[in-house]
Amino acid sequence: MKLLVCLSKTADTTARIAFDAAGVKFSEEGVQFILNPYDEWYALVRAIELRDALGGQVDVVHVGSSASEMLIRKALAIGADAAFRIDDPEPETRSVAEQIARFAEDRGYDIIFTGKETIDYNSSEMGSMLAALLNLPFVSLCSKLDFADGILRCSTDIEGGTQIVEVRPPAVISAAKGLAEQRIPNMKGIIDAKKKPLEVLPASSISALTEVVRYELPQEKQGVRMIAPDDIHELVNVLKNDLKLI
Amino acid sequence: MGMHVVVCDHKSGMLTSSSLEALSFADDLARKGGKDLVALVPDGLQDKSLHAYNLRSVYTFPAAGDNARVEEYLAAMTALAGKSTPERIIFSYNSLGKALGGQLAIRLNAGLVSNVCGFEWAEGKALYKKSVFSGKAYAWCAIHSEIGLVAILPKAYGVKQGQDPNSPEYIELGPLTIDARMQVVEHRMSSGKTPLTEADVVVSGGRGLKDPANWGLVESLAELLHAGTACSRPVADAGWRPHHEHVGQTGTAIRPKVYIAIGISGAIQHLAGVNNSRTIIVINKDPEAPFFKAADYGVCGDLFEVVPKLIQAIQNGQ
Repeated sequence: MKLLVCLSKTADTTARIAFDAAGVKFSEEGVQFILNPYDEWYALVRAIELRDALGGQVDVVHVGSSASEMLIRKALAIGADAAFRIDDPEPETRSVAEQIARFAEDRGYDIIFTGKETIDYNSSEMGSMLAALLNLPFVSLCSKLDFADGILRCSTDIEGGTQIVEVRPPAVISAAKGLAEQRIPNMKGIIDAKKKPLEVLPASSISALTEVVRYELPQEKQGVRMIAPDDIHELVNVLKNDLKLI
Repeated sequence: MGMHVVVCDHKSGMLTSSSLEALSFADDLARKGGKDLVALVPDGLQDKSLHAYNLRSVYTFPAAGDNARVEEYLAAMTALAGKSTPERIIFSYNSLGKALGGQLAIRLNAGLVSNVCGFEWAEGKALYKKSVFSGKAYAWCAIHSEIGLVAILPKAYGVKQGQDPNSPEYIELGPLTIDARMQVVEHRMSSGKTPLTEADVVVSGGRGLKDPANWGLVESLAELLHAGTACSRPVADAGWRPHHEHVGQTGTAIRPKVYIAIGISGAIQHLAGVNNSRTIIVINKDPEAPFFKAADYGVCGDLFEVVPKLIQAIQNGQ
């Protein structure tokens, strides 16, 4: 099976969220960037499991600058076979989808994985766009994936339950929690990763249809009101009178 | 010209709360811009509450089965866009919207702003307020394309009371050509419960509960408050509770009116999934638990004493 995993770089969960004085640019100072957890923990690991069970190869692709190469090497250390970086320093969602579509269209992938969203911009747009650009079926929010008799059987998260869908590859799949378990790269993986190919490809210019005009931080909470643990009456009061729950 | 379209879904003929929210947003946006508003819904809608949102027409399309599939919405919306040029297409960014949004953006060459929780008017154009960084910031976005897609973050804008109902014209679309490469073979719904993402009140338990046998405390309190139940990541990872109840960074993000956290320390990854709850109540015995900093009300005490007493007090109607 020929598998492609799209990797995104994202600010670490614990990063302080701040913007420049004009409020138009995310301030990267002191921010640690990581592989997007949905891409790394679920999409990549499930792709590796499928390859190990069925044979084939796992490629990873990232649209970004050379600063991301350490993160790409991590994906190789976890077990991907080959990496591609499309050299675009300022990627925007739609252009990422278009560039990956151009990259993937003649390479005959059976499954293209993305994470369900990045943990910074939370957009969940790229996979859906990619599927439309490649004219492939799109399995959204996939939390379980099996392959048998030429058919992918996927559990997908919907409000209040799960939907089971079946599709023949090729398809684009967005990975949600449950699809696989996070793997930590071992020493052999890290050493092997240095010898695996990482090819850099030129970016094409694609104009964006939307624009962030400015960022804004939410209002801070007013501070916590503490209730003594033996003052259950007061807690009931809050639930009853302040929150009208009972 | 400049027609706005709101895409709705329904369950057994009744509009979902996320559709009512999209209608609320779309009505406000269309009124502000002086545009006509039409709705697109699958066949089988019996609910007339959408008539309270100033719709000119309601376009319907045939859907096989109870839940219309993404491919059916995609075909219907593409057909509607072919008949008349919509300026804005508004829909909830629920699981359906997430599958639909990007595909529609490519098909219609439309700019997409997702997770929208509001809009403002500037120089004759709308700017859309998008929630980013798991609710820790907002991005104000402009759409520059002729057609724009506005995907509404569930439970952020709210459902507004409709106006006096009107009588929109119903127009059937179709027949449509549906992409049948992917088939839905089964729905497995959790029995009877309100989906976590739609619950107004959520009671959530963490490692402080010590043992799955103690989960009854969370459930009893939730039952009394007509609340959904959720858990922190360690609880789901240990298999005490199913993964779909895990709220947090890598689980589900929720925005209930009230979130009650029991025995959860409030790691930043957990907060990312719940910090947009309107009111947060934290019960934890550790005074240093970071969750207290994000809470509106805090009880620093042993949950095995506080929660049973609270349950009893509510039962006694105190």
